[in-house]
Amino acid sequence: MTEPTIYELSSPGRQGVRYPQPDVPLAELPQDLVRKELPLPELSELNVIRHFTHLSHLNYSIDGGFYPLGSCTMKYNPKINEEMARLPGFLHTHPLQPIETVQGNLALMYELQEYLKEITGFDAVTLQPAAGAQGEFTGVMIIRAYHKSRGDTKRTRILVPDSAHGTNPATSAMSGYEVVHIPSDKRGNVDINAIRAACDDTVAGLMLTNPNTLGLFEEQVVEVNKIVHQAGGLVYGDGANLNALLGITRPADLGFDIMHINLHKTFSTPHGGGGPGSGPVAVTAALKEFLPGPIVEVIEEGDEEMPPMFGFYQPNQSIGRVKAFHGHFGMMVRAYTYISMHGAEGLRKVAEYAVLNANYLLARLRGTYKVPYDRICKHEFVAEGVWDDAPGVHALDIAKRLMDYNFHPPTNYFPLIVREALMIEPTETETKQTLDRFADVMLKIAEEAHQQPDLLHEAPHNTPVGRLDEVKAAKELVLCCWLPEQVQN
Amino acid sequence: MYTPHTDSEREEMLKVIGVPSIESLFEDVPAEHRFPKLNLPEPLSEMEVTAQLQELSSINETTQDLICFLGAGAYNHYVPAAVDTILRRGEFYTAYTPYQPEISQGTLQAIFEYQSLIANLTGMDASNASHYDGATATAEAAVMAYHHFRGKRTRIVVSPAVNPQYRAVVRTYMAGYETVEITGDQQINPFHAPEDLLPLIDTNTSLVIVQYPDFFGRVRDYTNLAQIVHEAGALLAVVINPLALALFKSPGEMGADIACGEGQPLGIPLSYGGPYLGIFATKKEYVRKMAGRLVGETTDKQGRRGYVLTLTAREQHIRREKATSNICTNQGLMALAATVYMSLLGKTGLRQVAELCYHKAHFTAQQINQIPGFEVDLSTPFFHEFVVKCPDSVEAINEYLLDNGILGGYDLGNDYPSLKNHMLIAVTEKNTREDIEILCEALKEYSHD
Repeated sequence: MTEPTIYELSSPGRQGVRYPQPDVPLAELPQDLVRKELPLPELSELNVIRHFTHLSHLNYSIDGGFYPLGSCTMKYNPKINEEMARLPGFLHTHPLQPIETVQGNLALMYELQEYLKEITGFDAVTLQPAAGAQGEFTGVMIIRAYHKSRGDTKRTRILVPDSAHGTNPATSAMSGYEVVHIPSDKRGNVDINAIRAACDDTVAGLMLTNPNTLGLFEEQVVEVNKIVHQAGGLVYGDGANLNALLGITRPADLGFDIMHINLHKTFSTPHGGGGPGSGPVAVTAALKEFLPGPIVEVIEEGDEEMPPMFGFYQPNQSIGRVKAFHGHFGMMVRAYTYISMHGAEGLRKVAEYAVLNANYLLARLRGTYKVPYDRICKHEFVAEGVWDDAPGVHALDIAKRLMDYNFHPPTNYFPLIVREALMIEPTETETKQTLDRFADVMLKIAEEAHQQPDLLHEAPHNTPVGRLDEVKAAKELVLCCWLPEQVQN
Repeated sequence: MYTPHTDSEREEMLKVIGVPSIESLFEDVPAEHRFPKLNLPEPLSEMEVTAQLQELSSINETTQDLICFLGAGAYNHYVPAAVDTILRRGEFYTAYTPYQPEISQGTLQAIFEYQSLIANLTGMDASNASHYDGATATAEAAVMAYHHFRGKRTRIVVSPAVNPQYRAVVRTYMAGYETVEITGDQQINPFHAPEDLLPLIDTNTSLVIVQYPDFFGRVRDYTNLAQIVHEAGALLAVVINPLALALFKSPGEMGADIACGEGQPLGIPLSYGGPYLGIFATKKEYVRKMAGRLVGETTDKQGRRGYVLTLTAREQHIRREKATSNICTNQGLMALAATVYMSLLGKTGLRQVAELCYHKAHFTAQQINQIPGFEVDLSTPFFHEFVVKCPDSVEAINEYLLDNGILGGYDLGNDYPSLKNHMLIAVTEKNTREDIEILCEALKEYSHD
């Protein structure tokens, strides 16, 4: 069943695409700089198409099945998004073209900024960050620049709840901050007393995910944000879970100062097997001038006859660029399409159904799976994948067994504050039938765990490969292959 | 549409949950901030949104409407149809990061092949699964070098001939490391020789960053530079254009420690600047220090070959604040595009495209150099981009060119005060001889007017 690599399929002299002959006189090549060997494979177009088609068959995908991967918002990626991003008028524009030749792009970016502002309640948006993690980095660097601009250099610490995504502490550290861990309370909220105790004039800010990674709405969020503000800090909202809040509440209204938005989670741009993402950052008016530039603005108002002229604005205290050009424009087109097709009412329905679906699954699994912080959840919930009376069965085994039933497993072993965590996020795009089938399988697996645990230990049974030896991979570290005749290392 | 429940299904579900209404699922949201009225346009149907976006996109003038000589980090290459055919497979683009290897072998093997192609092309030992773009890959090189020396070497020497946007991103990424000093690009002449960097390199230097071909298109041999950088105990990062490496000596051959750069020339459409592909490859001894995803080969219990994400203990979801980078995605689908592109072109095709670019660019440069008032330095080897000294402001010339259906070159005065009236022109395999003649004709007319 293993598919050969392109190197194994290679045959000297083959070529998958032909180019025209040069129509200009040939220039001399600088021989001392010219490369002597180019050890790349040689395939025909059909070789290539079959190879990658075969590889695609080895993948699980949203188009192929239910993907309840907590924290990742694996909702359906509408096909029209793909068409729109490939409209020639968008696809074939160069990022450095004069602005008067790309008014269509700039109008779209401007409108998207406006939509995101309206949805989140913030006053300014940059579309530049390439992914959520880069949005976080942007946000924390803004916190840093803000304090610095006020001559406030004592602030060296960032508060991060123990339920946070790993990116939060990693981002704080790479931005030069010391990370202070804040525990969660019994209801699964960030512990407000611990926040109070940690807040002093050395705190630069708090990174808070709401709903948090337990899938729970932070019940004291307004109060928590106030405490941080009173201590002179800023609150960064990790927008990973924004899907639960569309039209439900606006993070800026709750007191957040900054937030990143994952276009690839909330606004349906595809995950692409691990990217490209897109992580716009929204801020309050007080922080607008710190945004990475340029951002799109109207530079000449329009009137009845002339549309407005869009151009770029460079914030005057900008933290600087976080990537080249203007961000992942192709992702912006997809998100714009999605928002345009939903409107206010549609977006609210997205959040409502995402939350309805999660609570429905929670209700169906409760009792069989232990849910340590059991209250009405938002878009996801976290159960324990372990039972005292089924020793030796772990969350990992449940995850692998789900594959045999053709479901993608939930996120496991995160958040760290739940034992053997199974983090389940169904999203709004799934039908009741799919949810029921998944719940039935989860209940069946629980039964198997108690009666035939080996079925789980040896799972998956029906996948292209079985459990892979990760220790061997890390030890032998084979990270690439070569053409057969040139075996090196 | 994308929320499929019928009214009766919704009621059944609410009953199972044990709440009377959907609204009651949101009672934990502060009442005064609950259910805001969002001021967004009325929702459009698929048919309407298509019409709207077709209209919006048609306002643009594209590289298909205009003859394009604009590059400066993003290039107008031909993308064979087979590339997008593969990218459009839902099994690839609607999959997540391959955390569950048993059902992600497609993505994992494709990344493994990508890593192989990039390692071979750059002449390095190993490539990661990619970064966001060329700029952030370059910044990650700076971060890696900083951590490699445990923060004890605080100087980074950057050539002014590195893409200005990349240098800006390096500065942003390093802003949190307060002791780090970034030097070189403000001190020396943009058209410097590699040797001009030597006086800046000392035992406090962690990394030297140069570009190949550099931002001005010039191809310089960094073999000697690499040697001197290593004598100072520092690392050398070479920012590459992967297509140029089909024709010119690899950074590995020159002794670079890191090869990073923009993968967009490898089958990725211009798409107004993104999404693109950040290439990052290094030597064996630094593999464990490299940020970003890595795929490794292994076997399952039955001995079948398979692939997994490996060395994940370096990453943020495990190491949290001890991780050296917060990166969690790569540019998966863009890496796939580059893999399909390189597989299709193979060793002969890639070299052919690189040579077409080279010859056409040289023809263009020679022609422009003959136009009164315009001057091109033909003495330093270059790939497919070159600097033209113009008789007037680049802005004025470009405006004239645009009126003649030509997208002119990049205005170097934007980034280099000393290079007012200097234009950076890029030529690719897509530019025909006729295109080039039209450009030269227009420049001639401009200099006459």
